[in-house]
Amino acid sequence: MVLTGIRATALKPYVLWWLVFLLPLLPLAWLFEQAWSMNLGADPAQAIVKFTGLWTLRLLWITLAVTPLRRIFHWGWLQRYRRMLGLYTLFYAMVHLLAFATFILGWRPDLLLRELSERPYIVVGSLAFLLLIPLGITSTRGMQRRLGARWVKLHRLVYVIALLAMVHFIWQIRSSFGDQLLYGVILAALLGYRIWMRRNSLKRKSR
Amino acid sequence: MLIKRRSPIKSSEITPESVYVNRRRFLQGLAGTTALALTEGASAIPAYSLDKDQPQYPGPDWLQGALRDSVRNEAFSSDEKPAPYGNIITHNNFYEFGLGKQDPSRKAQGFKTDPWKVEIAGEVNKPGVYNLEDLLRPHALEERIYRLRCVEAWSMVIPWMGFPLGDLLKRFEPTSKAKYVEFTTLQDPEQMPGQRSFFSTLAWPYVEGLRMDEAMHPLTLLAVGLYGNALPPQNGAPFRLVVPWKYGFKSIKSIVKIRLVEDMPGTSWNRTASGEYGFYANVNPAVDHPRWSQATERRLPSSLFSPNIIDTQPFNGYADEVAGLYSGMDLQQWF
Repeated sequence: MVLTGIRATALKPYVLWWLVFLLPLLPLAWLFEQAWSMNLGADPAQAIVKFTGLWTLRLLWITLAVTPLRRIFHWGWLQRYRRMLGLYTLFYAMVHLLAFATFILGWRPDLLLRELSERPYIVVGSLAFLLLIPLGITSTRGMQRRLGARWVKLHRLVYVIALLAMVHFIWQIRSSFGDQLLYGVILAALLGYRIWMRRNSLKRKSR
Repeated sequence: MLIKRRSPIKSSEITPESVYVNRRRFLQGLAGTTALALTEGASAIPAYSLDKDQPQYPGPDWLQGALRDSVRNEAFSSDEKPAPYGNIITHNNFYEFGLGKQDPSRKAQGFKTDPWKVEIAGEVNKPGVYNLEDLLRPHALEERIYRLRCVEAWSMVIPWMGFPLGDLLKRFEPTSKAKYVEFTTLQDPEQMPGQRSFFSTLAWPYVEGLRMDEAMHPLTLLAVGLYGNALPPQNGAPFRLVVPWKYGFKSIKSIVKIRLVEDMPGTSWNRTASGEYGFYANVNPAVDHPRWSQATERRLPSSLFSPNIIDTQPFNGYADEVAGLYSGMDLQQWF
């Protein structure tokens, strides 16, 4: 109901484009403001890394929600903004990683090596980031055309990335699993929807 | 192999606690005044000028005299610069008051810490439930500047005020069966929102423990104050443990029960993940937590663009004093 109120088709496409372009920047702007005014507590490094990590996860989940929302509510217009949301996921992942390497490890080579080789959740998180890069590079219309059917296959990597990101998140559970449960349930719904759709279409074909 | 910086406390410098306190008492008696009577190794606590923007915690009336009369125990104090007061009271792992580091400082302000009762139980000749005021009365407070190393690989230098746990235990006459000490935090879901959470991996109440010789060690402190003030609720008011050579989670907060027992008590984090948190939990750069390294730590406060990363010391730099407690033990096994 909320979104029918907006009546996406009634909005000029460029207004919508600017909205989708600017909204994901708000968390980062907020973070800058908080850091600038020394509001992040005694350990701002940890706060920044945690915040950008959480928003990477959120944007990835939002990107994955485009297809189900489009199909269920017949919001064809959403499809146009999937690339931007995906690129924002990559962007936040990059900020997250840079913040970790800079604010937590101070770019000390020995520590970087240690974290990347010995810490299971960091290995998994880094792998998820590495897999995001080719998706970012091939996100242009030109690449999409050139790769054709292979593009679709390649971009199915996003499901692997989401699972890796989830493992990265679960592996950091200490005293509470509330957030992990919430994000896990949403991811299960997003991936479950796709499995369900696929099974339906296979049934239809076999009939 | 121990790679160490200069250890700030030499065992030769340590005056036995009873001697120290008695001498001070004696001198105070002679002077017939509560003015500072200093012995060697003790010095006046500086008049901290705490940031006026920060909340102040004067504590109950009955604590004022003891806070005022306390002196710094130089021999037991690190010469490193303490973290700013504002950092210490807003960066807390006190999961009874939330998961975020700043949650306790926001959610614990209404926490009722006076009056407070503490039960002394188990293998002692004088068990009972005592008012904290009565429990503390015989003990002179002293300030000690300790390093606190969190298992999450950050650390802070903190000026605590308190007295040795051993002095308290002796008063209640542990029996020959007393091999361990078990401590319990208050359980009060009405006041502690974290205890109402459905998603907690910790079982409440929080329980910690020490071996008897660890408990009797002169470095093991019961703290009631911080930075010249009473302990703020988010830092474990009114009464907490501080064991500086162990990871922070051993230093249990807001204690309501001290039980002396024959068998090693089950402790909270050990029950939640025994492969990650041992009973001993001595700071040890050579034994990694399974999910992160313990070889280095970030000393807070730290600037964003040049993080204050330092090498973690065996026993958090207190090896000279406490390594002997564990001679012959395989510290890889008994982490």
